[in-house]
Amino acid sequence: MASNTDVRNYPGFVGITILCLVILYAPLIVVTVYSFNASASITVWEGVSLRWYADVFTGPDSEKFKTAAVNSFSIAIMAATTATVIATCAATAMVRGGRFRGRTLSFGLISLPLMVPEIVTAVATLIFFNAIGFTRGYTTILAAHIAFCIPFAYLPIAARMQGIEGTYEQAAQDLYATKVQAFRYVLLPLMGPGIISGFLLAFIISLDDFIITNFVKGAGVETLPTAIFGSVKQGIKPNIMAISTMLLGVSVVMVTISYFVSKKDNTQ
Amino acid sequence: MAGGAATGASVTTDTYAEARTWLLLPAWAVLGFFVLAPVGMMLVYSFLTKEFRGGVIWEFSLAAYDQFFFDRGLFGDEAPKIEWTYINIFWRSIWQAGLATVMSLLIGFPTAYFIATRPEKVRPIWVFLITIPYWVNLLIRTVSMKFLLRDNGPLNEFLMSVGVVSEPIHIINTNFAVQLGLFYSYLPFMVLPVYASVERYNFTLSEAAADLYASKWTTLRRVLLPTVKPGVIAGCILVFVPSLGSFLAPDLLGGAKNFMIGSLIEEQFKGSAGNWPFGAAAAMILLSMVLVILMVFARQQAKSGKEAG
Repeated sequence: MASNTDVRNYPGFVGITILCLVILYAPLIVVTVYSFNASASITVWEGVSLRWYADVFTGPDSEKFKTAAVNSFSIAIMAATTATVIATCAATAMVRGGRFRGRTLSFGLISLPLMVPEIVTAVATLIFFNAIGFTRGYTTILAAHIAFCIPFAYLPIAARMQGIEGTYEQAAQDLYATKVQAFRYVLLPLMGPGIISGFLLAFIISLDDFIITNFVKGAGVETLPTAIFGSVKQGIKPNIMAISTMLLGVSVVMVTISYFVSKKDNTQ
Repeated sequence: MAGGAATGASVTTDTYAEARTWLLLPAWAVLGFFVLAPVGMMLVYSFLTKEFRGGVIWEFSLAAYDQFFFDRGLFGDEAPKIEWTYINIFWRSIWQAGLATVMSLLIGFPTAYFIATRPEKVRPIWVFLITIPYWVNLLIRTVSMKFLLRDNGPLNEFLMSVGVVSEPIHIINTNFAVQLGLFYSYLPFMVLPVYASVERYNFTLSEAAADLYASKWTTLRRVLLPTVKPGVIAGCILVFVPSLGSFLAPDLLGGAKNFMIGSLIEEQFKGSAGNWPFGAAAAMILLSMVLVILMVFARQQAKSGKEAG
């Protein structure tokens, strides 16, 4: 009888949860392990070695990967920075700007990149650049990345701002701070964790994007995902597993930082 | 696509009301110019005439939509019949995305329920563990899946070494591999919204049902499930919608036979064999399907919100 009233525990749910985690992590762990394989074949295990990591940096493909990495990281930094600034401004208007006509519409526009399927955004952006006669390359990738990074930066920033009571800025204004000063010296520092977490998420999203980049990159310009995709099309090579593991590491570190930063409560 | 898309942050004060136009202008400009205008341009392109080397001729034409739905024979002079090729590709995509959604629900619901019933302090850690894989590059995750599922890959080696199967099972380049790939790609999207709604659930309701001699499964089905339904539907949409237009999973795991919408669209813009207006039309049809799903969903959420409040 006791077990029947214990409605919080169902038999088998623990097992399924463990299975869920195994499914989510197994492929990533397998690739990480095999990236340390000493063998030139991806099927045979010949012991631990850093051979393929060395290959990424000094091997025949190292120039290609280096250029791609520089493109990827420079685009991610610029796109995430710009998107974070735009998203912080937008969040201030949406959360601290009272109710106004067009607010729902503005939110619809900001979340548009989340609703439109990626392949559709990719095709649309390609068509658009073609129609206005823009040559595809580094700049077009950057522009597209800034656009789809905005909602990812906006969501944590707006959530954070909503959690900060308006009384802080009102107190500052009562003490003769201008609105700009109240924003700069009171709201912005309190917003810190939200802004950092928004920036990091936008950064990962930009770094990870394949589909949209693949459409708007034009010939010759590669980012890490498009370079990896091109390589994988000819079969999975061990150096691809090494580069994937490094990229995977970057994402995990960034998300972990974002998690701990956003948990930090500095309004006390 | 991330969770929480349906809920914008609410207004707290009107301190910066007079500056709001200027504050919103950059977002409007960038999103209007690089997302909204492109979608509009895509709609225009879907009604233009194709140029054979890719690109378009600026002449109005319904050829793209006509090619999608009708077969007029090799020379275009026969009576129009329904063209099944592309409809079948869309149908297969819906089917694949649907199965991936069902698989996510079967694994994701119990997981979400389990996490939501843990002590409050450890829940964020569980949620964090579920979220990490989502932030790992989708391409890398799909490649990892391809590596894992190969005929002589680690999964088959493992299954043979424990004696479950005597020879490798062939998974890669099948429909099932694509379903697995989609399921794996978007599983966190199922867990998170379901978790959010089960966490808010008032468990005394289930306890009351149990006190009145309802069995545990009846309690789950008749008491809990109706209450957390909005979360379950949100999870299903967050898995189904991105699966529908997915490109990487069918391309890397499915091989040429298991074509989905994403690959059909992509093909029209690559190389010289492409047909831009047709690709734009196919993308428009996909976008319309997604918008209809999201609108029905938004309506339902608004309705259940009213009932609850």
